[in-house]
Amino acid sequence: MNIFILLAPFSLGLALVALGAFWWTLGHDQYEDPQGDAARILIKDDRDCPL
Amino acid sequence: MALVESPLPHADLSAFIKPNSDGDGLLELLVTGAHCAGCMAKVEGEIRRLKGVSAARLNLSTGKLAVSMTRDGDPALVLDALDRIGYPATLFDPVAAEDAQDREGRAITMALAVAAFGAGNAMMFSVPIWAGLFGQELGPATRTLMQWSSAVIGAPCAVFAGMVFFKSAWRSLRAGQANMDVPISIGVLLTLAVSFQETLLHGRDTYFDAAVTLLFLLLIGRWLDHSLRRKARGAAADLLALQAATAIVLDGQGHERRVPLREVAPGDLLLVRPGERIPVDARVDSGTADLDNALLTGETAAVPVRIGEVCRAGALNLNGMLRLVALARSEDSTLAEIARLVEAGSQSKSSYVRLADKAAAIYVPVVHSAAALTFGLGWGFGLSPREALLRAATVLIITCPCALGLAAPAVQVAAASRLFRRGILVKSGAALERMAEVSYVFLDKTGVLTEGRPRLLDADPLEIARAAPLARASAHPLAKSLARGAGPGPIAEHIKETPGQGLEGTINGRIYRMGRADYVGGAGYTSGETELWFTEVGGVPVCFKFADSVRSDAAATVQGLRRRGCEVEILSGDLEGPTALVAKSVGIAHWRSQLTPQDKALAVAATTAKGARVLMVGDGLNDVAALSKAHAAMAPGTALDASQNAADLIFSGDKLGAVLEAMDVARAARHRALENFAFAALYNLIAGPAAMLGMINPFIAALAMSGSSLVVTLNALRLLRGDRK
Repeated sequence: MNIFILLAPFSLGLALVALGAFWWTLGHDQYEDPQGDAARILIKDDRDCPL
Repeated sequence: MALVESPLPHADLSAFIKPNSDGDGLLELLVTGAHCAGCMAKVEGEIRRLKGVSAARLNLSTGKLAVSMTRDGDPALVLDALDRIGYPATLFDPVAAEDAQDREGRAITMALAVAAFGAGNAMMFSVPIWAGLFGQELGPATRTLMQWSSAVIGAPCAVFAGMVFFKSAWRSLRAGQANMDVPISIGVLLTLAVSFQETLLHGRDTYFDAAVTLLFLLLIGRWLDHSLRRKARGAAADLLALQAATAIVLDGQGHERRVPLREVAPGDLLLVRPGERIPVDARVDSGTADLDNALLTGETAAVPVRIGEVCRAGALNLNGMLRLVALARSEDSTLAEIARLVEAGSQSKSSYVRLADKAAAIYVPVVHSAAALTFGLGWGFGLSPREALLRAATVLIITCPCALGLAAPAVQVAAASRLFRRGILVKSGAALERMAEVSYVFLDKTGVLTEGRPRLLDADPLEIARAAPLARASAHPLAKSLARGAGPGPIAEHIKETPGQGLEGTINGRIYRMGRADYVGGAGYTSGETELWFTEVGGVPVCFKFADSVRSDAAATVQGLRRRGCEVEILSGDLEGPTALVAKSVGIAHWRSQLTPQDKALAVAATTAKGARVLMVGDGLNDVAALSKAHAAMAPGTALDASQNAADLIFSGDKLGAVLEAMDVARAARHRALENFAFAALYNLIAGPAAMLGMINPFIAALAMSGSSLVVTLNALRLLRGDRK
């Protein structure tokens, strides 16, 4: 049973990290231009970094 | 082209810059033709090099280019530069362009993410509890630990994710009504409360995971519905912002300034070039021209105007340079009356009750009575109040309205995306439902049954080739049509245009003229068809005849509508002759001509009063009132913005068959939705009584809820496969 004390918070923590990451992407315009973001990595000197 | 179609080098476009807080401004344009990384680099690089531009960013998904400009920046330079490198762009009206921030959408997405997190992690602790239900070794103390773990994760997530529903339910209760969100909210809150009580009293059954899973499933439906509406709204708003109603105003010194339509005041001096629309009701100050009133009245013949005469907003200036004195603001122009009719019409449309809401009106009282009955009877027949309450909560959660909350949006999104692929834009789910009920179709003539633009009738190809160089130099619709027929080639030189008459130019050293009969020296107008005359000066004039041709699939579409049980009738503002001709060629027996916008609206209302569900297909301003009055409305993408606003569906492309396609998909969608409701009813007929008798445990609840949602969603997705026929 002791493993429960270790594993339950651990898996919860992992899921929370994922949730937090998703929250961040929502708030930082990561879904505004999927096609453009895919194409932008092909441009050599892209100084206008989206972050 | 250079003569009349240059991108207005002197007009001041600063009205299109949206100022931001630090004194600079943002210019938004829609760029056509950019599809790859190379295009993006080229466009952004080129624009950033311009004077007065601090940053440029192209959104490849939407085609929008955002340009940050300093005070000394000139939008005309940006437009010119884009034109030069081969990506022609159009300016966005900063007011009409919708704010890209979508707060509601983000709230729903976040709620969905939290619900997914809660459902997944609460389920982790549910598995041991379910195992305990099937005789596996699970002591009461461990079970309580699992229940508490489930509660700590599930309850906060359910409260956060449920806020979308709680708020909506509260708003509806305060308005004295009960929408679908009321039973959802009551169900979720009661389930949480009962589950806490069971956990505290070391009971066997808790439903934290079920509550948050229910919310997760419902939020998927909510999210689908929202993204459908947003996509359609965004596309419609973009169309409007593009048609950016602008006018060229001349100031005291004779400078041209391009301003948004709403800033035009009575008394302003306006300049209207050939090929542009009259922006507001105005009197001619100087110049003459032929006006095309087709979008206003449906009339196909051009009407000449002279100095001192009044022209109405929306008319197209065919050939002359006109200077006008504005007589009214945009809001008070001829369009205003039409706008009022639209408002009256859209009120009647908003009173339409959606299928899901009709179903909810039956569902809500039935389920709530069943839950109350379970509690009352259970207690009366010897159950403890705690056991009776638990059963009542189970009834509420197991009969979750997933089929209503998830299945209807899923069906509509599937249908809309299928239509979207075929170039048909659906504005809302309700529009699809109304489209499915149509039994009577009114068609406009000009621009719907016909292509709405002149096409050259058979002429000698040699003559076309001879006239083409001069035609390419003109912006007149007839000359453009001629040039289109001839294809690309050389352009005449030394062009001299006489407004309202025609143009003169040199081809291979000889002087030619093209234009009206008296300008060229022809024999005068002889028939109802539109004519363009052409001659070498001193030679024998040739006449090119044009007519608005019937769409290639118009007759087939009319037949198709009849086969689908719809009556078809033409409502036209045009004269009797042309209307009768078109009616005959597409095989429609009933037609009315010379109708005013009010007449058209009245015709729609009269037919509706007889009990028919009317579909109106129209493109002109004279159709707008009828469009908004009709049960369902469709407009071609070439229609005026007002018509597109009033329509439920917009089709692009030149096939009228889109009407049939939309009707078929709408009917199929209705069928799927009804199937889903039937399935939901059946499911509840079994699950409801089972819950009342206490035969449901948390494991069965989880299986039944997700299983029923899966079934209705898969059934909805069948619509997507319909393309193969």
